[in-house]
Order: sequence, then structure tokens, then C-alpha cells
Amino acid sequence: MHLKYESQLREPLVNGNKNYHQVTEDIIRPIEAKPARLWYIGFYIAVALLLFGVYSVYRDVTYGIGQWNLNKTIGWGWDITNFVWWVGIGHAGTLISAILLLFRQGWRTGVNRAAEAMTIFAVMCAGQFPIWHMGRVWMAFFVLPYPNTRGPLWVNFNSPLLWDVFAISTYFTVSLLFWYSGLIPDMATVRDRAFTKLRKRLYGIASFGWSGSTKHWQRHESLSLVLAGLSTPLVLSVHTIVSFDFATSVIPGWHTTIFPPYFVAGAIFSGFAMVQTLMVIIRKVFQMEDYITMGHIEAMNKVIVLTGSIVGIAYLTELFMGWYSQNKFEGYTFWYSRANLFSPYGWSYWGMMTCNVLSPQIFWFRKMRRNLFVTFFMSVIVNIGMWFERFVIIVTSLYRDYLPSSWSVYYSPSIWEVGFYVGTFGLFFTCFFLFAKYAPVIAVAEIKYVLKTSGESFKDNMGDIEVQQVEAFVHDHAH
Amino acid sequence: MAKKKFVVGCFDDEAVLFPAVKKVRTAGYKIHDVYTPFAVHGLDHALGLRETSLHTAGFIYGITGTSTALGSISWILAKDWPLNFGGKPHFALPAWIPITFELTVLFSAVGMVMTFCYLCQIAPFVKKHHFHKRATDDLFVMVIECTEKTNTDDLKAFLSSNGAVETDVQIAEDGWWLGRYDKDEILFENKQIVTA
Repeated sequence: MHLKYESQLREPLVNGNKNYHQVTEDIIRPIEAKPARLWYIGFYIAVALLLFGVYSVYRDVTYGIGQWNLNKTIGWGWDITNFVWWVGIGHAGTLISAILLLFRQGWRTGVNRAAEAMTIFAVMCAGQFPIWHMGRVWMAFFVLPYPNTRGPLWVNFNSPLLWDVFAISTYFTVSLLFWYSGLIPDMATVRDRAFTKLRKRLYGIASFGWSGSTKHWQRHESLSLVLAGLSTPLVLSVHTIVSFDFATSVIPGWHTTIFPPYFVAGAIFSGFAMVQTLMVIIRKVFQMEDYITMGHIEAMNKVIVLTGSIVGIAYLTELFMGWYSQNKFEGYTFWYSRANLFSPYGWSYWGMMTCNVLSPQIFWFRKMRRNLFVTFFMSVIVNIGMWFERFVIIVTSLYRDYLPSSWSVYYSPSIWEVGFYVGTFGLFFTCFFLFAKYAPVIAVAEIKYVLKTSGESFKDNMGDIEVQQVEAFVHDHAH
Repeated sequence: MAKKKFVVGCFDDEAVLFPAVKKVRTAGYKIHDVYTPFAVHGLDHALGLRETSLHTAGFIYGITGTSTALGSISWILAKDWPLNFGGKPHFALPAWIPITFELTVLFSAVGMVMTFCYLCQIAPFVKKHHFHKRATDDLFVMVIECTEKTNTDDLKAFLSSNGAVETDVQIAEDGWWLGRYDKDEILFENKQIVTA
């Protein structure tokens, strides 16, 4: 019974001759198999990085953040750069699961689960930076509005930094709920296939006693749809609010109204790049080529070239306004501190331009969009470029303020600043390795839902009339 | 909870399931539930289930969040402890929009997920009777509740003639209880462990 119709011209979303059982087998296999040696190597490296990060943070708390190389004008160095970078990466998951669900994009089913997991881990990493930046981290609860004995002295609800507290924590909570509510039916699938008592027990707990009742599925569908509807404006609001941290100030280079859309496009850009990095690895290591097809990779590369170009337009608009406003301070920031390659930080601006604007243009070519090596390489380049973007925004706007006597010497991070950043990579990949081992990396139930309309073997069995229609269409539209 | 008697019919294709559901209902049997591995669209209508009103609950939670945010922020900044920020008005509504929006979404999402879990009676450590192991894999499991008059053999034959690949009679509790899945459930057999 196909209540959903899909054009036969579309590329299949599931390759190979699959039935429902085969889908279960293929996706659950890595969970039931012993991890490969590569998994152990990757996992131990991730844990080692995490431990280095923990030690760096331990030192931050013991000696204070004075051990970072922040100086008089650069109060936000690597720390906030990394925060914005991770939050940006955390945007693709909810974009894929929410916005693409509302737009009825069938290809999201292959990648949404891993992308949502990535979102949650990226937001966890992001959250570390403002928290430990507080220095006296045991006072962190001061950001919460509660009736206290200090007056009560409330938090400032008019401050973008407080908006950020609400935005990031709401985003994390909602993403987690969305991800886990999708995971429950798949956990039940793993539970019902369990071959040891321990697995049965643990997946029994994780699956919440899910049975697959029709009424439950009906509510589940309704829940997913409304959560998608809520997450769509949420995902746009979160990076908008992150951009307000800069845009509501009066610092040249930050004080621009273009920031919210520019930050959101950048976030989607870097998030999709990180999804590509992970997907190329997952489909190879777990042999998921039939589910994460070249069609999926190509679709994401299209998003990357689109958002990369939007970000490019934003950079050029900023430069134009830096000149057109005839504001000396703006002009100095944009045309000297940034666009001049020979200024102290000019290299970071041109690194950003090369990685974010110029190099993704390669994806205008279909051959390149469908090339795994190019995709992987570009996904890493894009994330390096997006890190540069945040570095440029923060450091080049700050290092020469209105008072030349406080202009700083060259800022380079201390080993503990770098260690903290490296540690978040450890946290991210430790979580991701555990997720890939213990949970289905592809949404099993959702793949089954699209199998009979978008599976390769089912598409091959289409009726004669449809074959004729397709041939006529191809004839009419061929060049 | 009292145990009940059920006749279970398993289908391996949703295209066979839909006509079968119709015939079983026309024949006057009471379908307890159909357990499916994924959301089969239209099955809820075929079973005569009413639309869920979960989204209405979500809306109510959402406006609760909106009013909580606006109510508390305006009380805090305009009444309880007004602060003077460069002579700007205490009631600074535009600056409160971001947090109001976030709390609307937060209340709505958390409330809906909790309501969903409550309505479906699902939670960690909850255990239910599952009629077939493959209901979460590749089978569509139709469960019919028996009355004193039901002839189980006839019903099984009726289901088979309508395309059921497996039929069965089970006596089970239909609610939920706190329990462990490893206690009484049979493990999945013929499983060989391979390295990925």
C-alpha cells in the first residue's frame, strides 16, 4: 500500500535488493558485531584527547584562566572562537531532521540519526567554553534566574549573553528529546533481536517498553512533526542569538545588522561539512553504502555550495559597508585589520576566504559532488575555514581598540587554550564512537518507511505506463 | 491485571494487511491492536482510531511557556527590582522576545514528549507483553481480543485465508508493569558474532 508517491525519475534512496528484514540486519549488524580494530584505535585516541582536555581544564580551574594568553584587548580568544565554531556545527543535525522533514525531503532518512547525534555532542562541546571561561566555575549557577539571598539580584534579561544561556540550553534539550524519541523504536528493534541477557536487559530499558502499536506510531508521527515545527525556528533563533552576542555591541566589525542571517548560513555550512566528514567515514567503516548513497552525499554537497556562497556574499557585503559607511573605525577594521593580507591577522582573513568562499565552488561540478575523496577533503577544509571565520570576527575586531596605548602584542594561544580545544575533540569523538557502537547510526524504522517508494529494487519494478512516462520525459528534456 | 486471550495473525506485507484489517473488522471481530515495525500511514484510519490531540497539548504547553517567560521577566525587571539602564524603559518588551521564544519552545517540547510517554505508557524499566519478536523487524502483527464466543480455530483459519503468514493463540496481560526484559523473554537464536 503506497500512500506516498515518489517520482520514478528520482534516484533511489536505498540501493540493492532489500526487504524489511534485510534493512534491519544491515543497520543493526555493527551493534551486534564485535568492533573492528579501527574502532578501538579511534576510540582510544579520542579518549586520550579527552583526558588532555580534562587536564587543561583542571589547570584552568586551579590556576585561573590567566594561564590562557588573553591580553588587554583580546578578552575572547580561542575560547569563544571554539564556542561559536562548535555551536555552528551543532546546527546541521536539527536542520536535517527538522527543516528537511517539513520540506518532505526523503533523503534525510539516511543521515538524520547520525546528524542529530552529532548535533548533541557538538552542543555539549560548545557549552564547555562559556562555562569554563567563567573562571570561577563554581559560581556558574549565578546565570540562572532564581529568588536568591543577594537582594534578590536577578540576571539581566536584556543581555544577549543571557539570551544565549536560554538559547543553548533549550536547543540542547529539544535536540536531545527529538533524537531520543526517534531512537526509541529502533532501540526496541535491537532489544527484540538481543542474543545475550545483558543486551536484552539494557536495550529493554533504553527502548522504554516500546511495542510498535498503531496508536503509538500515530502519536509518534504527530510528535515528530510538531517537534520539527518547533525546532525549525529554534535552530534559526539559536545562531541568531549567538550572533547577537557580537551584533548588539558597538565594536567595529561586530556592530552589523547582517550578522544573524550570515551566522545562520555559516552554521549550516559548517554543520553540513561535519556531517559529510562523519558520513564518509561511517558508510565506509560500517558498509552502509546502500543507505548513505552518492545521492545523499551529493545533496549535502549542494547545501554546502549554496550556504558557502551565501556566506561569501555576506563577507563581500561587510567589506562594501566598511567603505560605504565612511566610518573610520569600520573601514580600519575591514580594510586594514582584515582584508589587508600584510596586516598582523590578514592571513586569517584570507585563509577564511579561500576555505569558505573559493574552494567550495568546486561543487558546482556534478563529478566533484559525487567524488568521495573531494567531498571528504572539502568537508575538512570548510570546517577549518569556518574556524578562521570566528577567529577573524573575534580577534581582528578586538586587537586594536579605540585606545592605541592598549593595543596588544601579537596574540597566540597558550598550550592550555589549545589543550582545551583538543579536549573537546576528544569529548566529541568519544561520544560519537560510543553512539556508533551502541545505537543504530541510521534510523531503521524511517528507512523501512521509504523503502517501498524509494528503494532501488522497488523502483525497478514500476509499471509499464510509468516506464513510458519516464522515457517520454527524458526524451523531451534531453539536451 | 487480569490475563486475556488473544488470537495473533502476522502479515509480511502492508499491502496484504490493509484488506485483512477491513475484512476482520467487517466480520465483527475486535482488533486489539496492530503492531508494526514502522509508521504505516493510513493504518490508524483503517483501524478506526481517532486523530491524536497531542499537538493541541503541545500548543497549550507552548503558550504556558510564553506566559511564564513574559510574566516572570516583566515582574522581575519592572516590579521586583527595576534597574536603570541608561534611562531606558523598565518594560523593555523587544529585548525579552528571544527568551520568551526559547521558553515557549522548551515548554512545548518537554511537555509534549512527557505527554507522549504518558499516553503510550512508555518509560525506562517499563515492560509489556510483546506478541511477536519480529513486530519490530519485518512483521505486521494483528492482535484480536477473544470473547467467550470466539472460536479460535475458526479465527486462525480466517486470518490465514486473508494472507496471514503465521497465526497463534496467546494468553497475556495487556497492560504494562515494571520489569526486566532478560527475565522471561527468549533470546534471539542462531546468532553468530562477527567482526564488523
